[in-house]
Amino acid sequence: MDNVYLVSVVKFVMYVAIVLISVILIGWLERRISAFMQNRTGPNRVGPFGLLQILIDVVKLLLKEDIVPKSANKRIHDLAPIISIAVALSTFAVVPFGNTIEMFGSEVKLMIADVNVGILYMLSITSLGVYGLTLAGWASNNKYSLLGGLRSSAQMISYELSMGLSIIGVLMVSGTLRLDQIVLHQTSYLGGWLPAWNIFLQPVAFITFAVAAFAETNRLPFDLPEAEPELVAGYHTEYTGLKFGLFMLAEYSNVITASAVIVTLFLGGWHLPYAEYLGLSPFGLSILQILTFCVKVALVILFFIVVRWTIPRFRYDQLMNLGWKVMLPVAIANVLVTGLVLLVI
Amino acid sequence: MDLYIIVFYLFALITLASAAIVVISKNIVYSAFALLFTFFGVAGLYVLLMADFIAVTQLLIYVGGILVLLLFGVMLTTKVIRVDMRTATVRTFPAVVIVAALAGTLIGIFWSTDWPQSPASDGFERTIPQIGEMLLTSYLLPFEIASVVLLVALIGAAMIARRERKAL
Repeated sequence: MDNVYLVSVVKFVMYVAIVLISVILIGWLERRISAFMQNRTGPNRVGPFGLLQILIDVVKLLLKEDIVPKSANKRIHDLAPIISIAVALSTFAVVPFGNTIEMFGSEVKLMIADVNVGILYMLSITSLGVYGLTLAGWASNNKYSLLGGLRSSAQMISYELSMGLSIIGVLMVSGTLRLDQIVLHQTSYLGGWLPAWNIFLQPVAFITFAVAAFAETNRLPFDLPEAEPELVAGYHTEYTGLKFGLFMLAEYSNVITASAVIVTLFLGGWHLPYAEYLGLSPFGLSILQILTFCVKVALVILFFIVVRWTIPRFRYDQLMNLGWKVMLPVAIANVLVTGLVLLVI
Repeated sequence: MDLYIIVFYLFALITLASAAIVVISKNIVYSAFALLFTFFGVAGLYVLLMADFIAVTQLLIYVGGILVLLLFGVMLTTKVIRVDMRTATVRTFPAVVIVAALAGTLIGIFWSTDWPQSPASDGFERTIPQIGEMLLTSYLLPFEIASVVLLVALIGAAMIARRERKAL
């Protein structure tokens, strides 16, 4: 029994360390790529290629004074960033980042929590993300913050529906709610050569899910909760220092988690096509699969960043129209078509 | 089994304490916010009872859906329209009668029910396929009736929201 706890603790610590380091790397990558796309230089002085710039920024945020507005609700103002970061970090618990590996003399599944209802857990935790933003906006006692917070709740509630419905298509194909089983289902080959990834089986669901994921992470083109020209900085206008840092951390952790979930559900998870024919030892194969997962997630994150600096922001009514009049019907039609096809086959 | 007992009392404490805040607090935003922890505690108790599907659905529907809308409404009314929403004690006598009747019923049920002392199963079983099949076979009629009720509520909400206002 002790062994189980030990393994969980090791996995958890490793996961948090990896996420925190990746957040720093993504922050650097985002600034370099945006600079490249806008024909600027970007951070290049601190460390090689400016890699240590974000580290310096973290230290700066830690040392800054924490300012709470006089008329703000102190308790909820403190609590909101904590909720945001807790929610952002807990979603990852059910994502499998590899098949199994030998650790402490036993076969260990490479996911933090092996839950029967993995996908539902993921959906329910992401739906809690609204609280951090809404409460931050409300507690700041600032009109811009409040509008940002309200926009975020409306946006997340609208896009959660199409997110859930696009997952149903995947569920119907794989017939399970366990994320490790969904990945295993994608390791076969269609017609003997095409990997049976869900992106090939469920292309429409992939598109609706990816769009909804962008909306859920509040990234451009859906970053209305913090639209700078209209709302100063939206829900985190009144935040400084470490609490502001926590919101940033939560945002980038959300991007990592969303990418990991997209990879798991649609891009074959840790599956590297034809790797099982290489004749590697089981341990080597496990390491290769973990690396494959990391590379896939990194590519999806890169996609997130490139989209942010390519596409302009939606207007609020366009956002709602897209969510309710385009995404939702498409997602429902996808469920119907998938059902019909499964019935015929 | 010691850890189990400790965790149970922890979740029970969270549920009861936050539920007390919901009722007692004068500030309605605090009440709505405390309800979040009540739902959380109940979800935790479901997990302890090995009902993972119910626990996750509890979070998804009550915390992620209903409570967000509730908080939304409360916050919009207090901040945007500047109505000071505070709860106060009014109509003590009818309230006492109704609460006494309700409490009596609940305590009666509490005493007369044979409470199971342990979860129905030792581990997390794959209950989702069974739940799905039951919903679409034995319990199809209640399931469909619930969906019709929800549809009626939806139409009612749309009617109220889109009603043409007559000139005052």
